[in-house]
Amino acid sequence: MDFLLLLASPLTGAAVLALLGARRFAPELNIAFSLATFLAACALTVHVVSAGALSFAHEQFFIDPFNVFLVTLTALVGLTTAIFSRPYMRIEIEHGRVRAPQLRLYHSMYQLFMSTMLVALTTNNMGLVWVAMEGATLSTVLLVTLYRTGASLEAGWKYFVLCGVGIAQALFGTLLLYFAAEHALGAEGVRALLWTHLNGVKGQLEPKVLSLAFVFLLVGYGTKVGLAPLHNWLPDAHAEGPTPISAVLSGLLLNVALYAVVRCKILVEGSLHSALPSQMLMGFGLLSVLLAAFFLWRQRDIKRLFAYSSIEHMGIITFAFGMGGAVANFAALLHMTVHSLTKSAIFFAAGHAAQKSGSQLMDHIRGLITLSPTVGWGLMMGSLAILGVPPFGVFASEFLILTTAMREQPWATPLLLAALGVAFAAIFGRVQPMVFGETTARRLPHPPALLPVFVHLGLVLALGLYIPPYLADWYRAAARLIGGG
Amino acid sequence: MAGVSLDLQLLNLCAALLLLLSFAMLSQRRIVNLVNLLALQGAVLFVATLLIAWRTHQAHLYLSAGLTLGLKVLLLPYLLHRLIRRLQVYWDAEPLLNISGTMLIGVLIVVFSFGLAQPISALASTATRNAIGIAVAVVLLSFLTMIIRRKAMSQVVGFLSMENGLFFGAMSATYGMPMVVEFGVALDVLVAVLVLGIFFFQIREQFDSLDLHHLESLREDAAARRAE
Repeated sequence: MDFLLLLASPLTGAAVLALLGARRFAPELNIAFSLATFLAACALTVHVVSAGALSFAHEQFFIDPFNVFLVTLTALVGLTTAIFSRPYMRIEIEHGRVRAPQLRLYHSMYQLFMSTMLVALTTNNMGLVWVAMEGATLSTVLLVTLYRTGASLEAGWKYFVLCGVGIAQALFGTLLLYFAAEHALGAEGVRALLWTHLNGVKGQLEPKVLSLAFVFLLVGYGTKVGLAPLHNWLPDAHAEGPTPISAVLSGLLLNVALYAVVRCKILVEGSLHSALPSQMLMGFGLLSVLLAAFFLWRQRDIKRLFAYSSIEHMGIITFAFGMGGAVANFAALLHMTVHSLTKSAIFFAAGHAAQKSGSQLMDHIRGLITLSPTVGWGLMMGSLAILGVPPFGVFASEFLILTTAMREQPWATPLLLAALGVAFAAIFGRVQPMVFGETTARRLPHPPALLPVFVHLGLVLALGLYIPPYLADWYRAAARLIGGG
Repeated sequence: MAGVSLDLQLLNLCAALLLLLSFAMLSQRRIVNLVNLLALQGAVLFVATLLIAWRTHQAHLYLSAGLTLGLKVLLLPYLLHRLIRRLQVYWDAEPLLNISGTMLIGVLIVVFSFGLAQPISALASTATRNAIGIAVAVVLLSFLTMIIRRKAMSQVVGFLSMENGLFFGAMSATYGMPMVVEFGVALDVLVAVLVLGIFFFQIREQFDSLDLHHLESLREDAAARRAE
């Protein structure tokens, strides 16, 4: 029941908002559907806590420790972004950047995007994961081009082509997986793509085929994670689309794509008994971290800056999953959670900062704190949190990842530390003059919604100080499931 | 080829035709013809699917063949032709590489694909071993088509032809994917073409052209220049 509502709520929302998305009350309707989704996710979580892993619809969908917290996180960020987008989009209309038909498209596609994310997370069928990931690209490509400027069209086209071609590789990988599974499972037909069944027989899957499959799957889904060198679409799509979309792309899509990669890694590692998948994850992860740290210096646009920071953090998480083992997996899962919360909070604050200054260029954003202390402090605290300043949660997870790296992969630690240091200098040096000093900001026609920023940052702070035991148990169970190391 | 039954020979013929059509796409500059080649590829795929369905007596494959016929032979080419008429893009600009060079790279790609498909073909008990190598080759050749073309329209045809290659791979390696996945993929492809249609009109409204060199301002160095 709760599961049905979880998927039905955003789908109904997409249909209803396709009709009513331009009305005065559409933003509230958007929030209502997101709230229903979030409540369903909470109910499902409670259900799983009492009953353990579940499966639905002839095992086509399932909930296990690995995806349950991601479902709740996705629904939560979906809700807070909907709350943030209410005043944000109204201001965009007043500024004349968006008109009624585009607003309808925006609201409808927002809900559709949420439903594809939830399907990708909860489905047990590796083929459906692919379908949902492609659906996520298709539902957001028209949102990236919402402003119809030359730059946004270019960003949208790049996003479509790179992710489309990337994900075609993932389809080939899925096909190879199915091929190997049919050999191991016999002619079970539909069952052969179910992850739980594949996981049961992963020892018997043909290693040669699976290593080939993993390369394709990693390149395919890795494009959507934004792993270097396949990251080119990410900064453009984040910078040119409306800010709520940047927030959900960074906070949700990247996580879900990485989730798909890790699911595949579990299967392949079980079949190969070699370090190949781990080494590939570590390599791609480290490359992304280093490349992002380098590019962070050259950014002038506030949203591009934080988009590159997302690449960096996805790199760190990928590296941690590559190391594997209980501690690194635990840290990676925690980092997924806190990065998603922090980065969406930063985009909320950055979005309003850009609206107040009338420009996304950082040189034009000055002295936020004088006119609007909440936006200024939100951006400052968010940046400090994402840079790994204690006592925020990002510090805890990065600390765990670095200490594990020192033990397991000592060669990588100096590189990671250097990249983190460079990122710190680049981002802090940029954010400081934006927040303090002479102001260039103006008043906005609608009061910005900053509650989501502080809710997110509060959660990140709380996770840095204290992880509730049931959450820690989940992370541990999921870390065991992912294994490796 | 003694001992190879007629339907298998036909299947191999289909595979060869698919490969040939991919090469034809590489060299074709008229966009209308490109779409026709894509439809022809769909038709060959339809015949191949029917043959496999008939060989293996799997009912869901007939459904899948019907899906191919409806979507890839009829609906998508119809939509693309309509787009071409309404946008009036008939010719692609000179490709980034000349035809003979492209063909040479294409041949190398085919050799590489057969090498890549070796471990999979070795496992396949079916007599469609060559088909897997050809499927990989079609995917990579479509990839090449996308790289060397300048017009957005021909890149999309390349993208759809890549999907055809993947679908043929699924047919020959595993007799198709589970039905629910096939439907999902078909739906995604259809939506992709619709979204792109809208997208093209937006591009043209903005730039008065569908040439992709307009879409090259967002590189890192260019972005920095623009800001200065």
